[in-house]
Amino acid sequence: MSAPSLTPSKAASARHAQPPVDGPPQRGGAFGRSLKRNLTAHGFLIGAVLCFAFFSWYPMVREFFLAFQKTDQGEVSWVGLENLETVFNDPAFWQAWRNTALFTVLALVLGFAVPFVVAIVINELRHGKGYLRLLVYLPVMLPPVASVLLFKYLYDPGYGMLNEVFGFFGLPEQQWLQDPDLSMLSVVIASTWMNMGGAALIYLAALQGIPGELYEAAELDGAGLLRKIWHVTIPQTRLILSLMLLMQIIATMQVFVEPFLLTGGAGPEGSTTTVVYLIYQYAFNFNNYGAAAALGLLLLVLLAGFSAAYVKLSRAEDE
Amino acid sequence: MSTRTLISPAQLARPRGKALYWVVFGLVVALFTVVFLGPMYWMVSSGFKDTQEVVQTPPTLVPESFQPDNYSQAWNVMDLASLLGNTLFYAFGALAFQLVFDVAAAYSLSKLRPVFGKAILGLMLATLMIPATVLVVPQYLTVLDVPIFERNLLNTPWAIWLPSVTNAFNIFLLKRFFDSIPRELLDAASMDGASPMRTLRSIVLPISRPILGVVSIFAIVGVWKDFLWPMLTLPDPSKQTLNVGIYSLSNGVPVNVLIAALTMASLPTLVIFLIFQRNIMSGLTAGGLKG
Repeated sequence: MSAPSLTPSKAASARHAQPPVDGPPQRGGAFGRSLKRNLTAHGFLIGAVLCFAFFSWYPMVREFFLAFQKTDQGEVSWVGLENLETVFNDPAFWQAWRNTALFTVLALVLGFAVPFVVAIVINELRHGKGYLRLLVYLPVMLPPVASVLLFKYLYDPGYGMLNEVFGFFGLPEQQWLQDPDLSMLSVVIASTWMNMGGAALIYLAALQGIPGELYEAAELDGAGLLRKIWHVTIPQTRLILSLMLLMQIIATMQVFVEPFLLTGGAGPEGSTTTVVYLIYQYAFNFNNYGAAAALGLLLLVLLAGFSAAYVKLSRAEDE
Repeated sequence: MSTRTLISPAQLARPRGKALYWVVFGLVVALFTVVFLGPMYWMVSSGFKDTQEVVQTPPTLVPESFQPDNYSQAWNVMDLASLLGNTLFYAFGALAFQLVFDVAAAYSLSKLRPVFGKAILGLMLATLMIPATVLVVPQYLTVLDVPIFERNLLNTPWAIWLPSVTNAFNIFLLKRFFDSIPRELLDAASMDGASPMRTLRSIVLPISRPILGVVSIFAIVGVWKDFLWPMLTLPDPSKQTLNVGIYSLSNGVPVNVLIAALTMASLPTLVIFLIFQRNIMSGLTAGGLKG
């Protein structure tokens, strides 16, 4: 930087050319001022940077090292791919991936489609929007222990409300969480109820941004309700929909709390063991941090692609 | 409601359209109420039932027995007061740390523009791409023995507070908001001799109240809802949060007492939500997707 900026507005219009905040004229020359400005700026940054360094960046690096190390009574040694081998040879490995994939697919069918439909319905109604929006978001505010234990009682085969409702409609009672074929679906239903509020509100905002003329034009072409949704609503909200889809995949692949609290983690015949539950078990039940890190790394590699796509898309939306 | 949606106003204006609309409207309101409020109603009302009635089939809609005692019993037996106190302590501490460090960082990155600022922001945002659960294990090991300082943060509030600062999403949200504050305003202040700190305090922060509100609510709710991390880092029962404490005591108390405890644990965030509804909703839709 050359001279103190006397005309701040001009300096601001020349983007990046001038440092933004410039104190009153002082001694020490251009270099001194620039140094001082940078020191101040970094002073403001230091708290957050240190927290990131200790609790994000360092653990990121450490995760990578851990995956190839073994810790035995404080002794750390390099073991190459041994941890990966342990993980691969675990009979629970494939089951955990299958369960996680099942959870993700079910969560996409329910957790992705339901909030979108809910948002469309709320958007079409002329009354009571505020009330409906509030209702949908309420469960999001409950502590997970409350909502999960609540569902545990609703699912109870003895006195559970859900079987009561099933009985009312003449449907057979189910064992919900105790039935290996149903346990994952039960977890997904609870999870959807707990979490869909946020997605529904985001869709609602997106729907409100669709220009009404598009629907009018579609009507002139003789489009019915479903065709209007297919040809106007979905294309108009495509970016948000795809972002939410990616976010859902990333989130559901990491599911832990719901199965952990509802079925104790593994569930009947291991039917709700997820990858993250397996990581948890390795680390905190078996004290095998190496295996936990190796499995974590596999998950990371798998999700990195989705994350990259997400970041790219959200950039596109920003511009 | 002037904006056009899927269904044309003309269609709705016809008698048949009108009738159909009200039928659908009634069904939707009833269904939503049952689905979303129903379980919560069941929770609150079951908290008043006696031990037999709560597990009775078919369940009663209105409690026949009335035992408000459950609530006081839950409060005492599960020591909800101290669990609640702990959770508040962690939540507001995390809020303070996030407000101070994240706001300062966002301000610096947005307005002071230090060298390497872009790289630092990039590194912060990169953490959003790493699945959070993958980091739980190495983060836990870090808390056990913080490098350089060689401190064990297990069972201390620092284990909750410091990692909560690493919220790249917050920083991003704040930075975007600060970016929108006209540069001329800040330049004028600095021409008048205001230091960056002074500028932040008397110009940037007052303008940024809406976004600060959103970030604050998310910070508190975040701690309130977290389960895995406090379970790992606060094993001492007297230090636990509501979530973890109730979970670990859940097998030892009668069902009706436990349900009463769940109701009480849910109240604080529900009340926050009902008060700050508008801010939360707008915050969600304004920045909910970015990150």
